[in-house]
Amino acid sequence: MSGNRLKGELKALEGDNAVAEAMRQINPDVVAAYPITPQTEIVMTFSEFVANGLVDTEFLAVESEHAALSACIGAALAGARALTATCGPGLALMWEMLWIASSWRLPIIMNVVNRAFSSPLNILCSHDDAMGSRDAGWIQLYAESQQEAYDNTLQAVRIAEHPDILLPVMCCLDGFVLGHTLEPVEVLPDEVVKEWAGTYNPCYSLLDIDHPVTYGAADFTDYYFEHKRPQWEAMERAPKVILDIGEEFGKVTGRYYHLVDSYRLDDADVAVVVLGATSGAVRVAVDRLRKNGIKAGMLKLRCFRPFPAQQVVQALQGKKAVAILERVAFFGAEASPVFLEVATAFYLRGVSTKLINYTYGLGGRDTVPGQICGVFQDLIDITQTGKTEPIFRYLGLRDF
Amino acid sequence: MSDRLRGKMPEKGWKELPIRGLIIEPGNSVNYETGSWRALRPIINLEKCPHCMFCWLFCPDGSIIVKNSQVTGVDLRYCKGCGICAVECPRQVITMVEEAEVAKETNVW
Amino acid sequence: MVVEAKTRINLREISNKEDKLAPGHRLCLGCAEGIVVRQVLHAIDYPVVVCSPTGCLEICTGLFPYTAWRVPWVHSAFENAASTIAGVEAAYRALKRRGKIEDRVIKFVVFAGDGATYDIGLQWLSGALERGHTFLYICLNNEAYMNTGIQRSSATLKWTWTTTTPVGKVIPGKKESRKDMTAIIAAHNIPYVAQAAPHAWRDLMTKVRKAIAVDGPSFINILCPCVRGWRYNSKDTIAISKLAADTCVWPLYEVDHGIWRLNYKPSPQRPLTDWFLSQGRFSHLVAPDNANLVIELQQCIDQEWAKLEKLCQCFAD
Repeated sequence: MSGNRLKGELKALEGDNAVAEAMRQINPDVVAAYPITPQTEIVMTFSEFVANGLVDTEFLAVESEHAALSACIGAALAGARALTATCGPGLALMWEMLWIASSWRLPIIMNVVNRAFSSPLNILCSHDDAMGSRDAGWIQLYAESQQEAYDNTLQAVRIAEHPDILLPVMCCLDGFVLGHTLEPVEVLPDEVVKEWAGTYNPCYSLLDIDHPVTYGAADFTDYYFEHKRPQWEAMERAPKVILDIGEEFGKVTGRYYHLVDSYRLDDADVAVVVLGATSGAVRVAVDRLRKNGIKAGMLKLRCFRPFPAQQVVQALQGKKAVAILERVAFFGAEASPVFLEVATAFYLRGVSTKLINYTYGLGGRDTVPGQICGVFQDLIDITQTGKTEPIFRYLGLRDF
Repeated sequence: MSDRLRGKMPEKGWKELPIRGLIIEPGNSVNYETGSWRALRPIINLEKCPHCMFCWLFCPDGSIIVKNSQVTGVDLRYCKGCGICAVECPRQVITMVEEAEVAKETNVW
Repeated sequence: MVVEAKTRINLREISNKEDKLAPGHRLCLGCAEGIVVRQVLHAIDYPVVVCSPTGCLEICTGLFPYTAWRVPWVHSAFENAASTIAGVEAAYRALKRRGKIEDRVIKFVVFAGDGATYDIGLQWLSGALERGHTFLYICLNNEAYMNTGIQRSSATLKWTWTTTTPVGKVIPGKKESRKDMTAIIAAHNIPYVAQAAPHAWRDLMTKVRKAIAVDGPSFINILCPCVRGWRYNSKDTIAISKLAADTCVWPLYEVDHGIWRLNYKPSPQRPLTDWFLSQGRFSHLVAPDNANLVIELQQCIDQEWAKLEKLCQCFAD
């Protein structure tokens, strides 16, 4: 992702602060948020911007996450650009409102600093929160680095507000791993972001007193189905818009963004699919294995909703074996969500690559390149034995 | 859902509906005539009406017709026949009559 | 600062204005909510944006493809009307400041049931009041979840029959006392809090005018007799409303910038048995076996009234 020339200023920022910095530069009309570890830094930092007059946003320090999203929804209905942020349990508390925001096609931006669900209580990273809400009608982007967290937030505004889309966007970054660690982040000049973000041109505002509209009328058997249908339409249009905006962002910053990113994948025999910060560990593992002559590669999902099935299949077809790494504790299905998506995409396109699924890093447990090398070793074994059982595996668990 | 409950609005396909499940025509419930619910019809003796506006004020359905600060009748398209107006009229000039009884005398409002 | 209503309410004048709630809504015949909403909106001389949480009013006034609202209106969910309107109000302030919308006065009003106010939405309401958004929150209090079929709420009087506090062989209705929501709201120290009822229309509309004039949140808890849930004849809605005030079951009072003021003192106070006789939901209380419950409830009501009188004496003009 490194650009050929620096367009902004390099700052040492934690992921949360990088997000807050993007929010400062966007200077939204309304921000409503509730502090929750590990998202707290975003709210604290933004509060300081408000207190110091660096933004003139209406900032609502609300009494719960449900209220945060509810207030953002109210603000967006009134024609405001509204942002919030949360994580894990906070996202769970918002659950009902996630669906209302997307059904109303409100371009709300929400950073989710991924955190595990209780019980037992854990404040560290799992993707349970975002993955659990994957079907709520929000676009979902996952960041590998603090820089990507910053960049995704800036791009999300344009994606969400694109007239063909009008969907809320969830920008995910791994709790603590990205949220609370310092990395150099290239921060664009304020005026560049201002121009990039532009002005939101809302339609059907509640504040348009002369043209009163009714939002949220009840539907029964006669209209509910028809009212849901356009959400599929918007989701279908999203990949092109995300790609266009990623390209445009590249022209501004030198950092081009896509739906998926490949690392040494073209000639790879075995590959790992991953999203979020663990991509970094996978890169290191791939490099190590390559030095030993093993053709390993990585596919990083930047965008999970809409699921870029075409791009995933294109990138992975012809591989001998693929492992999908997921940071979720979901129960009852044969495998975890990304695996099911990849398997479906493969099946529908007649691709029969061997697939296995790992759940890893739950509750913030470290996943190191050595472990990823082990995953690649498993894949190599599969290419030799042809045996994939068990499909669903645990990585980094004391399995005794 | 029955045609009666659907009212007069034509059924539209999803491409023809406004975004967000919006209703962009304010107060279009006037096309949904709740007068069909009525079992009792209020008859106002306008000659004796003091135009105090209590019937208008206490009508849950905004069905008392007022012109130039004068009560001129009941909008039977919406009046559900609750009878509050008759009870609250200080001069008791409103009487509730069985719909079946007045059905023969057509459209007096 | 105590806010006085701008002008005396002139019904003949107001009656020439178009209703902001159009007819064709599907509230039950005789429903007090239709009356109260009309009175409230006729008392407000500004453009308004209205929010309703889930409830009778919401479902009966916005049922696609029909809306009874001639003003901008939104229903989001059951518990979050206060946060929703807070978001709208925040957007209004932000967009006005940034010159993105015309600089004109717009007022924000919530019409919520007692379930949405006393129970599921209490946290959201409390938060919005504490943050000080300028909006008027009206509780349409019909003392139970009427929209879902007469289930008890924390606004339901003790020993009342509802479908979740049925009168059984062992338990004669709701075992718990009602919550004093108006006092809870007053404890937020917001500029204006009141209780009202639709029979006292001038009192109600004056209160609305006071409430809408303040800078900051205001709250009016309005009794809304419910034909179906309370079990009485639809024509008696206003009479029942008056009886509530005359029995002291529903005192009419206001807390105006910290000053407690009783707006109506029945003379004489009618016995609670009159209240019980007027509605089917209390029919079990009229039975001789339950005489002790009636005595208990009368004591309760008398105590609440005495407390209110005391507050009005302590914190008088």
